[in-house]
Amino acid sequence: MLLIACPWCGERDELEFHYGGQAHVAHPADPEALSDGEWAEYLFVRDNPKGPFAERWSHAAGCRRWFSVVRHTVTHRILAVQSNHPTAADGTKPVTA
Amino acid sequence: MTRSHRLPYGGRVDRSAPLRFTFDGVEYTGLRGDTLASALLANGVLDVAPSLYGRRPRGIATAGVEEPNALVQVDGPCSEPMRLATTVELYEGLAATGLCGLGRLDPTPDETVHDKMHIHTDVLVVGAGPAGLGAALTAGRSGARVVLVDDQPEPGGSLLAGRESIDGRPALDWVADARTELATQTDTRILTRSTAIGYHDHNYLLVAEHRTDHLGPHPVPGISRRRLWHIRARRVVLATGAHERPMVFAGNDLPGVMSAAAVRAYVNRYAVLPGRRAVVLTTNDHAYATALDLVAAGAQVAALVDTRPKPPADLVDRARGAGIEVVTGSAVVGTRCGTAVPPGDGGARIAAVRIAALDAEDAISGPIREVACDLLAVSGGWSPAVHLWSQSQGTTRYEDEQAAFVPAQAAQDVVSAGSARGVLDLAGCLGDGFAAGAAAAALAGFPAAAAPPPPCSGDRPPARPRPVWIVPGETGGPADWHDHYVDLQRDATVADVQRAIRAGMRSVEHIKRYTTIGTAHDQGKASGVSATGVIARLLGARSPGDVGTTTYRGPYVPTSFALLAGRERGALFDPVRTTSVQPWHVDHGAVFENVGQWKRPRYYPRPGESMAAAVERECRAAREGVAVMDAGTLGKIDVIGPDAGEFLNRVYTNAFAKLAVGSARYGVMCRADGMVLDDGVTLRLADDHFITTTTTGNAAAVLDWLEEWLQTEWPELRVRLTSVTEQWATVAVVGPRSRGVVAALAPDLDVSNDAFPFMTARRTRLASGVEARICRISFSGELAFEINVASWYGLATWESVIRAGEPLDITPYGTETMHVLRAEKGYPIIGQDTDGTVTPQDLGMEWIVSQRKQFIGRRSFRRADTARGDRRQLVGLLPVDPAVLLPEGAQLVADAEVSPPAKALGHVTSSYRSAALGRTFALALVTGGRNRLGETVYAPLPGGVIAATITDAVLYDPKGTRRDG
Amino acid sequence: MTADTLRRSPLGHLADVLAAHSTGGERGVRLREVPFLAQLDLQLHPHGPAAQRIATALGTPLPTAPNTVTAGGPDDLQVLWLGPQEWLVLGPDGSAPTTAGLLRAALADEPGSVVDVGANRTTLELAGPAARHVLEKGCALDLHPRVFGPGRCAQTLLGKVNVILHQVDAEPAYRLLVRGSFTQYLTDWLLDAMEEYRHPPLPA
Repeated sequence: MLLIACPWCGERDELEFHYGGQAHVAHPADPEALSDGEWAEYLFVRDNPKGPFAERWSHAAGCRRWFSVVRHTVTHRILAVQSNHPTAADGTKPVTA
Repeated sequence: MTRSHRLPYGGRVDRSAPLRFTFDGVEYTGLRGDTLASALLANGVLDVAPSLYGRRPRGIATAGVEEPNALVQVDGPCSEPMRLATTVELYEGLAATGLCGLGRLDPTPDETVHDKMHIHTDVLVVGAGPAGLGAALTAGRSGARVVLVDDQPEPGGSLLAGRESIDGRPALDWVADARTELATQTDTRILTRSTAIGYHDHNYLLVAEHRTDHLGPHPVPGISRRRLWHIRARRVVLATGAHERPMVFAGNDLPGVMSAAAVRAYVNRYAVLPGRRAVVLTTNDHAYATALDLVAAGAQVAALVDTRPKPPADLVDRARGAGIEVVTGSAVVGTRCGTAVPPGDGGARIAAVRIAALDAEDAISGPIREVACDLLAVSGGWSPAVHLWSQSQGTTRYEDEQAAFVPAQAAQDVVSAGSARGVLDLAGCLGDGFAAGAAAAALAGFPAAAAPPPPCSGDRPPARPRPVWIVPGETGGPADWHDHYVDLQRDATVADVQRAIRAGMRSVEHIKRYTTIGTAHDQGKASGVSATGVIARLLGARSPGDVGTTTYRGPYVPTSFALLAGRERGALFDPVRTTSVQPWHVDHGAVFENVGQWKRPRYYPRPGESMAAAVERECRAAREGVAVMDAGTLGKIDVIGPDAGEFLNRVYTNAFAKLAVGSARYGVMCRADGMVLDDGVTLRLADDHFITTTTTGNAAAVLDWLEEWLQTEWPELRVRLTSVTEQWATVAVVGPRSRGVVAALAPDLDVSNDAFPFMTARRTRLASGVEARICRISFSGELAFEINVASWYGLATWESVIRAGEPLDITPYGTETMHVLRAEKGYPIIGQDTDGTVTPQDLGMEWIVSQRKQFIGRRSFRRADTARGDRRQLVGLLPVDPAVLLPEGAQLVADAEVSPPAKALGHVTSSYRSAALGRTFALALVTGGRNRLGETVYAPLPGGVIAATITDAVLYDPKGTRRDG
Repeated sequence: MTADTLRRSPLGHLADVLAAHSTGGERGVRLREVPFLAQLDLQLHPHGPAAQRIATALGTPLPTAPNTVTAGGPDDLQVLWLGPQEWLVLGPDGSAPTTAGLLRAALADEPGSVVDVGANRTTLELAGPAARHVLEKGCALDLHPRVFGPGRCAQTLLGKVNVILHQVDAEPAYRLLVRGSFTQYLTDWLLDAMEEYRHPPLPA
């Protein structure tokens, strides 16, 4: 049972979160401009490192905010937590691990 | 039966509390404070049950969780298998049966309560021996929250079994003082009879507490029998102690061969003499105390055999001073079995040992002599209990100096202390514990003054042991040593290990699986490191460290599923969701079905009516008269903001931005891969306010999905989402005569088709005074109205619909009828007729896929795979025999006669009997289905082949003439 | 006919059962429903001008510290932090229309939302010396007074059910806001967890 520090609510059990896969995979701005291969890359291909991995989580049972976590896939240590919420940068300070 | 082996004084047993018990049907008496094992030994019973494979007699070998032999089934209202006699506390009336390696699950339902508790702590200390008590004391003094966990009924650990002194007093006086001090610390909690069974990620530990087992098998009112503590700790101190290893020599499995530390525990803690004439075999200093304690208790110690040529002189002198013959540089190389001495003490047990000197290469190097005995106390060395440490992903390394695997690199916020990290003297353990507790508290934010541990006189670190991983047999080689047992539970021997190596195996993990060593109930607590030593010897490895150990996995001790389940069984197994109308459904005999977590009425049978008859009646009412359904389970999300229309445009395949206020539209949303995710009707309440509905089981997932896009891809959109699923009760009034019912309910509303057309909504005040929003939405193809009221008024509104409809014989209907009605119209259910591989086009819904705007998944419709013509498409099926019902899930093939492997054309997704059609019908996903209309497909089933004709999915009112009444 | 006579709270029919299962004493715990509280879900940017207008209108600032509650104003409102841009405004039965009007007026043209969710959840009050231990049987939050005390709230899981947990005093007393569909189940779960405290403790 991971203990994940929601940038807002602080440390909560993994059960409160939904996993969102690899972070920083942006939806292409113009999908129609992509080849089938490029679109398939976006849809289906993700990294699977042994080591630090940036991934998204949603605090589904809490504040419903999506955020990013860098987790070591072997030790499960959480190395960083980052909110991408617009208000995180302007005064309401998120909790970080 | 006399307590023939009970000592007349001493021990931590209550002589004023005799307890009667039975074992294998024979009655005995023990004392409060006994374990079943100590009580059996007190009665001279040593052998518990024969071994699993070889059926060899086996006796109690240890005094704790590492016990390999003494498995029992404990009777009770629901008996429990695979308990260890060494850990079962005696109670009045206990009845147990010896188990030969395997238990049997009692089919009787277990009515006792198991529950769980979540707690957090700054410092968790596992083990209440000297190190653990020291750690808890210092950590607690800092003001940190402390939890101290121990599997015994009282703290003390190894001190309970010894005769040590601390601070010039009996060690147990110090334990009592420590316990008193801990009790005064407001934020310290001691959990006794509690075993830490699992060490999970981020310092999450599971602790199994046996709360009432020692009181008997019957439920204690209000008290759960066992409790699983879920503990999240800032820091963990593992003071889990060490297990004494057995030794591997010929005939080492006879009853009467026992751990030397266990012998000491039986003598000192339980006041039981497990034998009257003992031999002690050791590789290290510790067994000397056993020998001396045996003598002090009145037993004869015929010999103390030490593998070391030169044991510490002070120990040898003390042993000789007590009249014990000390044989150095030697080992027991064999045993002889006899019947019990004195007669009547049970079955086979050891009668003599054969002792020989060993040379530096562990070979027998001198004459063999036999010494008679009825007990062989063995200390093969000490293995720190690194199980939890290893579960936490901490590494271990082999220490030659101690001949043990000790904790090395921590992977979490944890330290080991005391003998759990290889510190084997009492002063060392106390010092280690005190320091570990203070450090842990400080790291958790509670700096503590480091108090010095109390002094322990006469103690010193032990001298170097001499492990002998395989004591050679008197004849032959390892391949012949079939009674050198490595794992007693699996009856696995040195010969078995040699066979594995000859088969080419080198890795300890492979050999474990080949020989099954370490795979029985104790998971190698006793045998694991011994097996590593044996393998190292047979491979000619330099040290056991080159071989390593197998992986330690939880749970640390056998744990019942009842405990893991806790209260999550029966009615509390999983949340049950109900609508505000539920009391009416129950009162009116609804038969319920599970839809996700919801309990929904499936149909409402009249007395004696079958499901088929009830559904046919309900369908007829909806198609010909008026019927009513509780639709409150649909997910509902308020979508508010200036960009709400644009947002919905992006998530639905069809357009919403220009939907008129007061109008509703059906929409489908897809994942980025173009597969259908959900569908539902969205209503525009204002320019900047929509309310969107989701399928019943999908509401939370859809909200997550929408939030994901809003927050991570389109943060610029000014849109707010609020779940309002339970805010609204929804009553669907359906059928050609529904208009009259709604008119009566909502007198202020013009319900004519012109004033209130299909797919629009109106706000009104019902005759009852309740504010309502009424929508003309149909999931049946019939004229239909959905009445939405705040769920506080759901039940009253439902009842008023029933009353208003009474003259028209309004009929409540459930999900089964709802399914028939929608399937007759070819309306798919997302999640039933789709499975995550289905596009809107596959469902025949090209019309809903906009060509003029971007939306999630659109690009995927140009992918070669989604564009191909032979995808599985939703079609209708009419069984050739109109009375035959195709089972949902049935696979479809092209020919009546098939032989495997047959290529499946698709499968049946929905199948019903239709009153309106007067026959059975089905929906199916069929490869290239829409180009096969009129073809026959076959469902080969165990009872025969069902033939069916492919048709369009819309079988009822294909022109849609009925929706306006 | 007045609509209010037709109104049913999810646990209205169980008030006697809840009372019968409540116990006093030093390990007592009590459960009751607080029905029909006004509840408004409020979403907006916490640092825009509307937030200040709303604070003025409500008579209490919106809490910006996560998982905290502010209270006050003439209508005895409580504002629970639900997210960095989301709050739950609680008020007495019947106050929702007025408060919603105030909020919408204060929000004015600024993007945000005010949604009446009064019937979406009901409120359970769990109080007494054993209340925390009852919660600990199914809630993984750290509820120790050092961490979670009066004025704290959290959205979390209790026995697999999403709840908004709000500690109202140090007795301790908690309010649990639970969605209507889960209420019966959660109540059954709570009554089961409370059973222990109707009996003598385990002898030492």
